[in-house]
This record gives sequence, structure tokens and C-alpha cells, in this order.
Amino acid sequence: MSASPSTNDFILQVEHLSMKFGGLIAIGDLSFQARRGEITALIGPNGAGKTTVFNCITGFYKPSEGMITLNRIDGSSYLLERLPNHEIPARAKVARTFQNIRLFSGMTLLENLLVAQHNKLMKASGYTMLGLFGFSSYRKASAESIDLAKHWLEKANLVDRADDPAGDLPYGAQRRLEIARAMCTGPELLCLDEPAAGLNPKESAALNELLMDIKNSTSILLIEHDMSVVMQISDHVVVLEYGRKISDGSPQSVRTDPRVIAAYLGVDDEEVETVLIEVGDEDVIEQLDTGPDAAHGPGTSSSFLAGPVTDTIGHSEGERVTVSKGASKAEQVDAKANAAPRKPAERATAKPTGSTPKPRGGRK
Amino acid sequence: MAVTVSPERDVVATPVQRAFREAFYAGAIALGLFVLFIGLRTDQNISNELILVQRWGLLAIVVILTAVGRFLYVAFGQPALERAKAQKAEAPAAAAPGFVRRNFNTIGIAVLFLYPIVIVMLVGFQGSLKWVDNFGIQILIYVMLAWGLNIVIGLAGLLDLGYVAFYAVGAYAYALLGTHFGLSFWILLPAAGLMAAFWGVMLGFPVLRLRGDYLAIVTLAFGEIIRLVLINWREVTNGSAGISGIPKVSFFGLMSFNVSDPNYISKVLGIAQSGAYYKIFLYYLILLLCLLTAFVTIRLRRLPVGRAWEALREDEIACRSLGINTTTTKLTAFATGAMFGGFAGSFFAARQGFVSPESFVFLESAIILAIVVLGGMGSLGGIAVAALVMIGGTEILRELDFLKVVFGPDFTPELYRMLLFGMAMVIVMLWKPRGFVGSREPTAFLKERRAVSGSFTKEGHG
Repeated sequence: MSASPSTNDFILQVEHLSMKFGGLIAIGDLSFQARRGEITALIGPNGAGKTTVFNCITGFYKPSEGMITLNRIDGSSYLLERLPNHEIPARAKVARTFQNIRLFSGMTLLENLLVAQHNKLMKASGYTMLGLFGFSSYRKASAESIDLAKHWLEKANLVDRADDPAGDLPYGAQRRLEIARAMCTGPELLCLDEPAAGLNPKESAALNELLMDIKNSTSILLIEHDMSVVMQISDHVVVLEYGRKISDGSPQSVRTDPRVIAAYLGVDDEEVETVLIEVGDEDVIEQLDTGPDAAHGPGTSSSFLAGPVTDTIGHSEGERVTVSKGASKAEQVDAKANAAPRKPAERATAKPTGSTPKPRGGRK
Repeated sequence: MAVTVSPERDVVATPVQRAFREAFYAGAIALGLFVLFIGLRTDQNISNELILVQRWGLLAIVVILTAVGRFLYVAFGQPALERAKAQKAEAPAAAAPGFVRRNFNTIGIAVLFLYPIVIVMLVGFQGSLKWVDNFGIQILIYVMLAWGLNIVIGLAGLLDLGYVAFYAVGAYAYALLGTHFGLSFWILLPAAGLMAAFWGVMLGFPVLRLRGDYLAIVTLAFGEIIRLVLINWREVTNGSAGISGIPKVSFFGLMSFNVSDPNYISKVLGIAQSGAYYKIFLYYLILLLCLLTAFVTIRLRRLPVGRAWEALREDEIACRSLGINTTTTKLTAFATGAMFGGFAGSFFAARQGFVSPESFVFLESAIILAIVVLGGMGSLGGIAVAALVMIGGTEILRELDFLKVVFGPDFTPELYRMLLFGMAMVIVMLWKPRGFVGSREPTAFLKERRAVSGSFTKEGHG
């Protein structure tokens, strides 16, 4: 993303973001940008640190290092890592939803959406004093807020159930309500944490529609596991693995990135090469043609003699994430693709015991 | 005839068979429980020796009564209840609530306003003293306290076990400022409220991060600290001896209730002297204070701050994600609740004319909390009914002289107050686990206002 025309083109810029929990580095030196008016998807396997990134952006965590800049449409920009938690939605206009739905279940749908307009109404009610004595300015603001709530209930297709408690809704409707509630804060960036989780295909399609509608007015940052949702609606995809960015680009380019396929789609160790061949990695194919396979003997990964069961993944500034041995698939792909001399050693760990050599020759 | 299948044993038994069996078990348990309590009694004989008196006859009566009671309940009571339940389930959706139910609040307020007049007409000025003071004012003070605590617990979901501290702050604020500086009640009432609100914020700051049990313990400690300060700071509070001679409330300075004053009410209005005027005046005063509390609570619930309190009770993290400042929201809840406690406290001091730390023990906090929980957290009507039942119930025990005929002349019903209090709580909690009014009234609606069932609302995390 070196060819960025202007900073205001990006609504969100994450630069060198790191988040450490004690010795664990949940995010290491992550940088990415989200364009205004686009849907940016943040994907990665479980435990990749996606939700941690979200928590840093929305102020639930204070990042250990790095800078998160939000550029509002009026030109003002905010450093999100410096704002207190509750001021991020209020001033920087970033709203979020949660992976495990957090609705006010004992309040009605309408009330849920009215709570979301708290700051606006608080001002209109003169910080309670004017509203307490029934001034008309508050009554007007109150009617407007109900109109806005109704607008979003209609968009989320929930207006019939406006007076029911939120806890009474089916799961898919709760997801849509949570998005509607976040939209009632009037955000410029909407962060959705796995909005399609647990939805059936029909609900998922309805959600896509809602998101495409929201996209017209608000930029969206999205964590998602459901690839159909990601590929269909997102304009830009950032892939994380073990707190590190392994790929960044359009859905098409990410889809064919071998590191992503290895990491995200959970390829077996033995299939790493196959994947590389399939996506047409010239280096690997060349090496496979020349290098003998059987010479390395049985793999050691199944033996307790194989050494430590943990592995480290180096980050740029010498930081290390400790993970189980051979866990980072992307790292393996990297190693295979780039480091030919290290190949035998890598192969020893990557190749499980007793796997029959596959007929690889002649693929070229 | 309904046939009950007991799931554990998979045996079909008619209710009568089951009743025999359960009656036998109940009798056996009663025998085991009461053989020492009732069967034997320790007593002193003529030479001051401890002897055992055997009362097997009485024991037999108790055991047989228990067994017969259980038999009747299982054989006839339970099937009847089941039938009633089935009928209720079959019946179409309940008809529109009756006139009393629909206009409960209006009728309640009208009754409260007419109450002293009716009492005076029935028993005269002198006879009305007890009914207006012990019942009316006493219950209304607790209604006001419980409504104040309801803001903290019922709306914001912050479990406060030290609420009586704010009551004490209000009472001592009026007692000290009134006796030392001779300021009028009408100036000191808001002052006491503000002071209590200030202490509410003072308590709020350190406990902002605490939740649930931890919050409860710290607020409990705060209540005790205030009480101990009142006991030990003798130079100011006169220690456990308390402060007496607290000035009476005047009718906005126009009429006084002190017989010696030139503007004594009977002199101004030209009516006979009576102590009942002051009590009736106080009754209306506390009634208006209660209505003020209710009005403010209802209004606040419809304002963003009230909705934020309820949202805080439901989910604090979601609140923060919507840009609600949870710190100020919690503090305003503490301050508002404490303010009404302070109002009630200064009224209490004016009514008693005497305050001492004895009035502000933990038991008071517990009773107020019990009223809020029994009434249904968040519901003003339910809480008022709970206060009536709890405080009125314990007061009425003093009046039940006929019980002496049943239990003998040395039976004092008021000693069983706490026992009955506990029993009532257990029964209500079994019968209505979310209090008298478990449902929640929404603060805004699009098409129709439907109460939210208690099963959806949360109690808050503290």
C-alpha cells in the first residue's frame, strides 16, 4: 500500500501495532489500512489475534506499541490508542459488535437502539436537567431518536418486533439487532466481530444485504470465518496468523496466496508442498524435481526425540511468539519457498512418519 | 382423576397411595425433629434442680397433625391445584385486567391522600395518632428509602448493602445544622440531600471497579464506618447518646407545631390543641416526598441517564462500546439514590426529634434491601406493596392481642417479628422468585407498551 494517494483516503491506519499479554505476544508489529467506503475483512485461523486487534481499535485493550489513527470524514483524526474506551464511539465514531452477542436482553429492541443514542440524547436533555423538567427540546430530540431507531429496525427487518425484549429474539435477529444498535451511534467505521457466526445460509444472505446497504454510508471492518461472506462482500482482506500479517490485498489475490491457503485453510503438513505446486510456485517445483525425497529417512515429528515441542516465529524487531512446533503453516511455506539450503531440516519436521512419497515428477 | 407419575421411580401410584406414603414420611420426620423440642422440656423443680418434663401427648398431637396435613395436601390439595392450573392453561388468554389493576397507581395515591382523613373520622384526633404515625409515616419512610435504593439496585444493578449510611448522613445533617444553627427544615432538606449525594459519590469512586459480591462487601463496610464515626466522634455527634431537641418542621414558617409559639397552628386556625396535627402534617410531607421520589424515578427512566442505568445493569461492556461513560453513569446512580436516602433521613430526624447511631444499624439496610427484592427490583408499585406488607406487617403484630388468648397471656407477638419477616420472604421468593412485580415496564414503545418478563432482565453484576 505504498501508493496511497492521500491519508484521508484511509479511514483507519494501523501502524506497527503490538499487543503483549505478559510474555505472550498476541499481535506483533501489525500494520494495515482500511479504505473509506470499503469493507475490509480481517481473517485468520482461531487464535490469530483478530479479536485482539478489534479490542485495541475499540479501546478495550491499550496496545503495548503502535499507533492506530482514525481519519474522520471532516478531516479530524484521532489516535485511538490514546482515547478512553467510551470516547472512541462517542468522538472517533467507531462502533463495534461482539463475537458473543451483547444485547441488553431485558430491554426492548427500541430501547436497545435508544441506549445507543445516549450521548446525543444526553446533550439534548441538558445532561438530564432540562429533560427532568420536560423541556420541549428534549421531547423533539427524543422523537428524532425514535425515528432513527425505527429506520434501523426497518433496515434490519425487525420493526415488527420493536416492542419485544431483545432476549426473546432468535439468534440471527439478535445479530442484526446488534448491528442496528451499533449503527444508531452514527459511526463512520463499523467493526463487526464475526457477524455471520452461527447463522444459517438464509440469515447469512440477509446479513450480506444489510452490510452492503451499510457500506454506502459507513466503512466496515469485519472479522469473519465464513469465507462465502468474506469473498462476496469484502473489498480488501487482511490475513493474520499468530498475530502477524501474512497477506493483504483484494479477495482474489488473498485467495490464491499460498501462505494464506496454508495458514487459513488449515492444510496438513504434508500438503504444504502440494498447495505450493497447485498455486504454481516455481521455486518449490524446481526443488522438488531436483531434490531426492527418500534420502531423508523417516520423519521425526512423531518421536519424543524430535526436540522441543515448541517453535518460535521471529518478528521484525527480534520479538518471538512461542507456539507449538510447526504450528505456523505460513512460516513453513515461507521456509520452503525461500530457503533452499534449509530444506532438508525443514522437511524432517514437516514430513510425518510413514508417508509414502507422492509421485511428484513430471508436473512441470 | 389425575394420575401422577413420579419420574424417579417410574411407578404409577394413585394420589391416595402416594399420600399415605408421604404422610408416613412426614410423620417420621416430624417425630425425629420434634422429639427433643416438644417431647422433652427442661424445667426447674421446687428445689431449683433441672428436671425433664415429658410431653409425649403433645408430641403425638404434633406428629399426627403433620402426617394428616401432608396426607390431605397430597391426596386432595395437589390434584386440585393441578386441575386449576390445567384449566388456567386451557382458558384463552387472560381477559383484560380488572378496573383495580388498571388504575392501581391512581387508586393507591387517592387512598394514601384520604387515609388520615378517614382515620380521623373513624377514631378521632387522639386515636388517629397511632395509625397515622406508626403505620402511615413509618411505612412511607421505608417506601421512600426503598424507592431510593431501587435506583441503585433495581435500575443500575449495583448491590449496595450500606444504604443506611446515606439515611444517617441525611438525619445527622438535619439534626446538627438544625440544632446548632437553627436553620429551617425547608433549607436543610435539600442540603441534607446534597450532602448524602456527595457521600454517595465519595463511596462511588473507590468502588467503581468492583462488582457483585465485592461491591456488596465494600458498601457494607462503608455503612458500618459511618455508624462507627457517629458513635466515636463525640465532640460533634454526641456519640451513642445521640442528638435530641431537633427542631420540628414548620408549615413553611407560617404555622408552627410548637404549642408555645405565637403562631401555633391551633391559635392561627382557631381550633382545639392536639398533637395529631403535627403527625398528619408529617404524613402528608412524607407522602409528597415519596411522590417526588417516584416522579423523579419515572422521569429519569425515560431520560438517557435512566436508560443508561438499566443498560449498565444488563451489560456494562456493551454500554462502553456504545460510548456511554460508565464511570459517571454509576456515580449518578449512587448520588441519586443517596440523595433520596438523605431526604428520608432528614425527615426521620425531624419526625423523631432525636437521632442516635442506634437507628442506623446494618439491619435497617437489610430491611430496605429486602423490601426492594420482595417488591421486584425496578418496580415502584411492587416495592410500595412490599413495604406495606413488611413494615405494616411487623407493626400490626403489636395489635394482635387476640393471639394472647390462643397462646397464653405471656405471648408477645412482636417478638416473633423477625421470624415472620423471614418466613414471609421465603414464601414470597418461592411463589414469585422475582418479587411481587417481576416484569419490567419498557421506557419507550413504537406500537404498544408490553411488559418485559422478568426472565429476560438481569440483576446486574454489581
